[in-house]
Amino acid sequence: MSNYEKMWQELGLDVGLHNEVLASIDRTFQQTVGNQKHRPERMKYFDNVLHESHGGRIAEILEAKSKGNKMIGTFCIYVPDEIAMAVDVIPIALCGGTNFSVPYAEKTFPRDICPLVKSTLGLAFSKTCPYAPIKSMAVGETTCDAKKKTWDILAQKVNFHVMELPQKKENIDVQLWHKEVREFKDKVEGLAEKKIDSNKLAQAIKIMNNKRRALEELNELRKNEPAPISGLDALVVMQAALNDEPVRFTLKLNELNLELGERIHKNISPFIKGAKRIMIAGCPAVMGNWKVHFLVESAGAAIIIDESCTGTRYFDNLVDERPTDLDGQLSAIADRYMKINCACFTPNNERIEDVVKKAKNYNVDGVVQYILQYCHGYNVEAIRVDGALKKANVPSLKIETDYSEEDVGQLRTRIEAFLERLK
Amino acid sequence: MNIKTAGIDIGSRTLKVVILNECGLVDFRIVSTGVDPIGRAKEILKDYNYDMLAATGYGRHLAQAHFNCSVMTEIRAFAIGAHHLFPKCQTVIDVGGQDSKIIKIADGRVADFEMNDRCAAGTGRFLEVMANTLGYSIEDFYREALQAKSSVSINSMCTVFAESEVISLIARGEDPKNIALGLHQSILNRLLAMMGRIGFEDDIIMAGGVAKNRCMVSLLGKKLGKKLFVPEEPQIVGALGAALVAEKERRKI
Repeated sequence: MSNYEKMWQELGLDVGLHNEVLASIDRTFQQTVGNQKHRPERMKYFDNVLHESHGGRIAEILEAKSKGNKMIGTFCIYVPDEIAMAVDVIPIALCGGTNFSVPYAEKTFPRDICPLVKSTLGLAFSKTCPYAPIKSMAVGETTCDAKKKTWDILAQKVNFHVMELPQKKENIDVQLWHKEVREFKDKVEGLAEKKIDSNKLAQAIKIMNNKRRALEELNELRKNEPAPISGLDALVVMQAALNDEPVRFTLKLNELNLELGERIHKNISPFIKGAKRIMIAGCPAVMGNWKVHFLVESAGAAIIIDESCTGTRYFDNLVDERPTDLDGQLSAIADRYMKINCACFTPNNERIEDVVKKAKNYNVDGVVQYILQYCHGYNVEAIRVDGALKKANVPSLKIETDYSEEDVGQLRTRIEAFLERLK
Repeated sequence: MNIKTAGIDIGSRTLKVVILNECGLVDFRIVSTGVDPIGRAKEILKDYNYDMLAATGYGRHLAQAHFNCSVMTEIRAFAIGAHHLFPKCQTVIDVGGQDSKIIKIADGRVADFEMNDRCAAGTGRFLEVMANTLGYSIEDFYREALQAKSSVSINSMCTVFAESEVISLIARGEDPKNIALGLHQSILNRLLAMMGRIGFEDDIIMAGGVAKNRCMVSLLGKKLGKKLFVPEEPQIVGALGAALVAEKERRKI
């Protein structure tokens, strides 16, 4: 750790407080993910990605920076990574999942905004996010009001670009998004001081598509009864996906997938026989946040699929690899990202249909709608999702919670009662 | 005839034990949970020679660790207990020390439920704190409320804020009876909102410690326009449900 401390000091972090943040995240990790039995051997790599996200990964990015490459921070899976990668810009998702930093945001921000935004800001404000000082630009988007207004404040201090995400899915909205994707291209070109060429972009598209294919394969493996991997471990893989270098990540994920195939063959599963198959639908659970997944699985259920930004919304749909000209490629990218069914859209029928379809395809016994407190989009949309699931005869439970531990007792009772209902 | 099963419900405020044999209820105990619920439970259980135990309530996992017994949530236990006492029961309103629940029953099983989250707003603890603030015992609190001429509206649902509200109402010279009724009314509104979300059908059973509060039962019955059934011992419905599950398990062996 001592080498890293020197690095953090040079980056201007509050090293003492930063150590406390890491200790707090690690404690939560050990109590949840680390507490599981029968984990796949190859999960070690992904655990390590999370452990090194403030250490080794930072050193790696600093090394790339010394060669003239840049890093950008993102806060949404709508930001197209492949465009940045095509000019050797490293995109890193900076969303916070730790409760530790929330009070640091609440010093200036209203308390009634979502814990993900507060955790992210708290890390930046308390000088405990090592990505903040090394990023060359931050990229925001217009998915929710709390984020939009946060960008105004951050933009006063750092190089900030906002992608305008349309709120409807009509032609005119799709056109806006195509324009935004091209503007993003111009921005990263300016940052990297080089032009994107179509060969390099084709390569980046392929890298990201391969990553999506590997994640899709993991999802297919999870479908098996009994599932070869816990939902908590699959979540760790997703959290690593938002941080790790994509080629290496895909390689390691393919290795994990092979192991999971063998586990299925040998009938090895972390779950007891007959464990209820649960789908999580709704908000993302980013690194540091294992709360609801842990509660659901420690109550004896098996999470089989996640319909969230740390689940299928991240890897569903590939970018069409056929276009070879730059304009065609950018359009293909815009079209793929436009298919992410974020609750910021009105209407968002595609998501509701998708949740029901996945619940059926994955043969789940019930759906837990996971809502981050104050996330109005997913919270209100939960009513329609619940209605559609009821029609399809799939029981569902809505849980609205933040990152704190104060409601764990009551949540446990509600989750266990929901599972009892499924018997 | 001597075969006995036991059910234990470790709640946030009280610990309940029910002992059954083949003819029915043999005995029950209600004590305060205290800081050492397992010690209390052991003390009570040593008096009985039971064959099978099951646990429920907030402390169910603690009980499981100590007694190696099966566990269920209060929601399932109250549904089973209420259905046993009132076979036509389709809705259970359980207001306990720390949380309140509405349980829908179909074919003797939990079909759906609503439960308050987080704090003690709208629970027995809320009433306890408010009675204390007004200087009443729990029993006098509802007796006085029943004699109120009108109800003072209480705006805060939070136990802490409501307490300050009550203190300022006292300072304003409001009749404590009317304040007491207002406090009951505010819990009623919260319960009705929960019932509205989930829906409810006859027969409706009210259980949990707050079912002993006659003002609450009368207000709720009037508002619903339906008869509310209250078991003779509303606090032990969960422990009874647990004992019935233990009995089922004993027969399996």
